Amino acid sequence: MAKKASLQRRNKSNPEIPTSSMADIAFLLIVFFLVTTTMNQDKGIGMQLPPPGEEKKIQTKNICNVWVNSSGSILVNMEPVSLGNLRANLERRLGENDKLIISLKADDETEYVDFINVLDEIKLSGADKISLASPAQ
Amino acid sequence: MPDFSKKAKVTQAIPTSSMADIAFLLLVFFMVTTVFVRYRIPNIVLPNAEKIEEIKLRRHIQYLWISADRKVYVNDMQLSDVKQIATLFYDFRVANPRMIVSLKCDRRAPVGLISQALEELRKADALRINFATDKER
Repeated sequence: MAKKASLQRRNKSNPEIPTSSMADIAFLLIVFFLVTTTMNQDKGIGMQLPPPGEEKKIQTKNICNVWVNSSGSILVNMEPVSLGNLRANLERRLGENDKLIISLKADDETEYVDFINVLDEIKLSGADKISLASPAQ
Repeated sequence: MPDFSKKAKVTQAIPTSSMADIAFLLLVFFMVTTVFVRYRIPNIVLPNAEKIEEIKLRRHIQYLWISADRKVYVNDMQLSDVKQIATLFYDFRVANPRMIVSLKCDRRAPVGLISQALEELRKADALRINFATDKER
């Protein structure tokens, strides 16, 4: 009899799952995801390379050569141009000739940051025909 | 005179029963939007540019890293020679014809090495490239 009474008492214990710490668990997981989250970071200057072996003859008047040397100085058709004036200079040339192809040639020892700065200015000037060439070519 | 003292007995606790729901809602949001950083190569500082575009389709991206000390990595594997790029990317291209190569080059990397890498990519017919940059501030 005594055993039966104790069983009855046990049944009276609270059968609910404790939910008071649920928020803590959820917030812990949130903090984990907040820390590991990176927003879409794959961004940059998009380019389409020409297929291998494809070489076209282009009239010299339709080519505008942009040279960048190892110290980051810029020449546009053999005239020295500063990075700040490059966009306006190219916009003027593109306005005169809409078939103009911008050929960007950089020295082997040029730092990538100078190359990207010039490429960015060429893109900003609205040129859509851009050729990347090494100076040997 | 009315008895104002009764009002003071109103409970002042903030209801926390829905805290878990709110936290789980936020948790689900972060779980859905989280993208893990797939590869991380130390000592690569990307250049900044203005005219940049985001690559929306992350699953098509393969990464090519070039550090300032002329080390070349594909995804997280270091290559001993630039010439290995062509065979590696040819296989990637066969597996996924819509592949985009994201070139993550350090600011001080030499352009000579990068144009060699571009030549190798052309051989592998990996023509969609993206010069990874950070947003200009």
